[in-house]
Amino acid sequence: MSRAATQESRPTQMGLTVLTVALLVALLLLPLAVVLTQALKDGLAGVIESLSQPDALAAIRLTLLVAAVSVPLNAVCGLAAAWCVSRFRFPGRSLLITLIELPFSVSPVISGLVWVLLFGANGWFGPLLSRYGLRIIFAVPGLILATMFVTFPFVVRTLIPLMEQQGHAEEEAAITLGAGFWQMFWRVTLPNIGWGLLYGVLLCNARAMGEFGAVAVVSGHIRGQTMTMPLQVEALFNDYDWVGAFCIAALLALLALVTLVFKAILEWRIDRRGGGLL
Amino acid sequence: MTGPAPRAPAVPVEIRDIRKRFGGGTPALDAVTLSIRPGEFLALLGPSGSGKTTLLRILAGLEFADSGALLIGGRSMRNVPARERGIGFVFQQYALFRHMSVGRNVAFGLDVRPRSARPAAAEIRRRVQALLDLMEIGHLIDRYPDQLSGGQRQRVALARALAIEPSLLLLDEPFGALDAKVRKSLRIWLRKLHDQMGLTSVFVTHDQAEAMEMADRIAVLRDGRIEQVDTPATLYAEPASAFVHDFMGESVSLPCTVRDGAASVDGLADMPPIPTDCRPGPAVAVVRPHEIGLRPGPGPARVLACQIAGPMRRVLIGLGAHEYDVLVALDAWSPGVGDNCGVDLSRARVYPVSQ
Repeated sequence: MSRAATQESRPTQMGLTVLTVALLVALLLLPLAVVLTQALKDGLAGVIESLSQPDALAAIRLTLLVAAVSVPLNAVCGLAAAWCVSRFRFPGRSLLITLIELPFSVSPVISGLVWVLLFGANGWFGPLLSRYGLRIIFAVPGLILATMFVTFPFVVRTLIPLMEQQGHAEEEAAITLGAGFWQMFWRVTLPNIGWGLLYGVLLCNARAMGEFGAVAVVSGHIRGQTMTMPLQVEALFNDYDWVGAFCIAALLALLALVTLVFKAILEWRIDRRGGGLL
Repeated sequence: MTGPAPRAPAVPVEIRDIRKRFGGGTPALDAVTLSIRPGEFLALLGPSGSGKTTLLRILAGLEFADSGALLIGGRSMRNVPARERGIGFVFQQYALFRHMSVGRNVAFGLDVRPRSARPAAAEIRRRVQALLDLMEIGHLIDRYPDQLSGGQRQRVALARALAIEPSLLLLDEPFGALDAKVRKSLRIWLRKLHDQMGLTSVFVTHDQAEAMEMADRIAVLRDGRIEQVDTPATLYAEPASAFVHDFMGESVSLPCTVRDGAASVDGLADMPPIPTDCRPGPAVAVVRPHEIGLRPGPGPARVLACQIAGPMRRVLIGLGAHEYDVLVALDAWSPGVGDNCGVDLSRARVYPVSQ
């Protein structure tokens, strides 16, 4: 039997495989199993009871609201930014690309803190806001701002390589054939990047729902009002409400699993058809 | 002919003193002036970086000149955006809409028209089918671009450009992405199509054989300037510069000096001078290999090699410190390897060398 030069001997192969699987179980599957068993400790009735607590429902609603606002906004802004960067050459372009990735490299705590420094009671715009009775920090707008900042790079980062690789010849063709800007956008640009956009939105959504650090800073932890699901998990955990904490944690984990499945499907599609719809 | 041939009358194109510079570097186009006649098939020929594609994109409205005027059909294009020019543009890599079927691709230009100017759906379908039939790919209407060969994509791109009934058709390296065999047959086909349609067409190419075979006239570009505009025959027989001479076919260049209306080849004092009206000073004598005459008897040339090259005999001669290729008819006299022989350069064209 022939063996490629780069192939390791059999025992080494086996050893590496076992090690990988063991790590996978210990680091990924075990926590997931713990979350689920803890959540189900008091049976299904316990799960239903803790999830139907007003505070738990409020946390779920708030998380969905924050995601529902910040994800579409990020999709639109991300698309615009990706367009700008991939279609035009201008001074400061590479600086802009670096800036787009800033939220990835900055600690989430800082991402939350900037908003407090801007809009908090003692922040730059704090006095102005309080004069008009507007609240951003320790309120829903702050949660949305912090989430948007943290999740901004996902859509842009997915779209820039895709749009650069596709080039803009098809868009130019549409223009020479008499299409206006929006006709070009809806009929040519968007269908070509559709799956890529969806992929970016999916990643963005997963992070938006799961974000802890940045929202923890701006939330103020008002129960039933500014607690998102991850924050609620921590609060319940600190109250020794194990079942309550793990029920919401399990819900988040389930969400992550669903995201993972969609992500796998999208990756498979993009590999095959190159990012375009249809 | 029946079918969907555009009946818009062919338009003249006037390009006046167009200048274009990208960034800070050398100009992409430098004072380009060119008149294209209605119904003409004109080639923009030049090496890469000569500005030919930039000029084509300016015609289409995809790029804008820094200064100068462009008139299409007598109308200034200064404030006319690309989408309103109604010009058919065939892109180098075709730029077919990858997520649309062939039929939808071709129908695109009609689909995006405002409701008042848009033909009925059935009429659009009929026109698309007729155009595809004209391109001899009617059976591919439901295919997608990634299911087509290069030649088929080229035809779809053409059909799509023609669907908007343009009076001017622009083609950017139309055969660049095709293999040699397909290229040859498509050239003849495209030329016939142009004649049939009665359009004004401009195409960009870096291949002089392609330009010679297809075009009514060729504009040779170099470094953003037009060197010469003429029919293929004139360009070949009377090139206006050493560059055009070299670009239009195999050429042999000999440095020489012009004095008193005659050029003497440098380092070969005993060669008879070549009569010329070129200005005095350093110059270059350029001649095609088959225009060099070889004479029996003693002379300055020494035969280094000799071989059959198709219908001609290729003779490599040493002349002074250089070696040159000469093509001799098979039935003409030819020296043997190692012989000395005379050289007749009287058919050489002499161009001044700028200093």
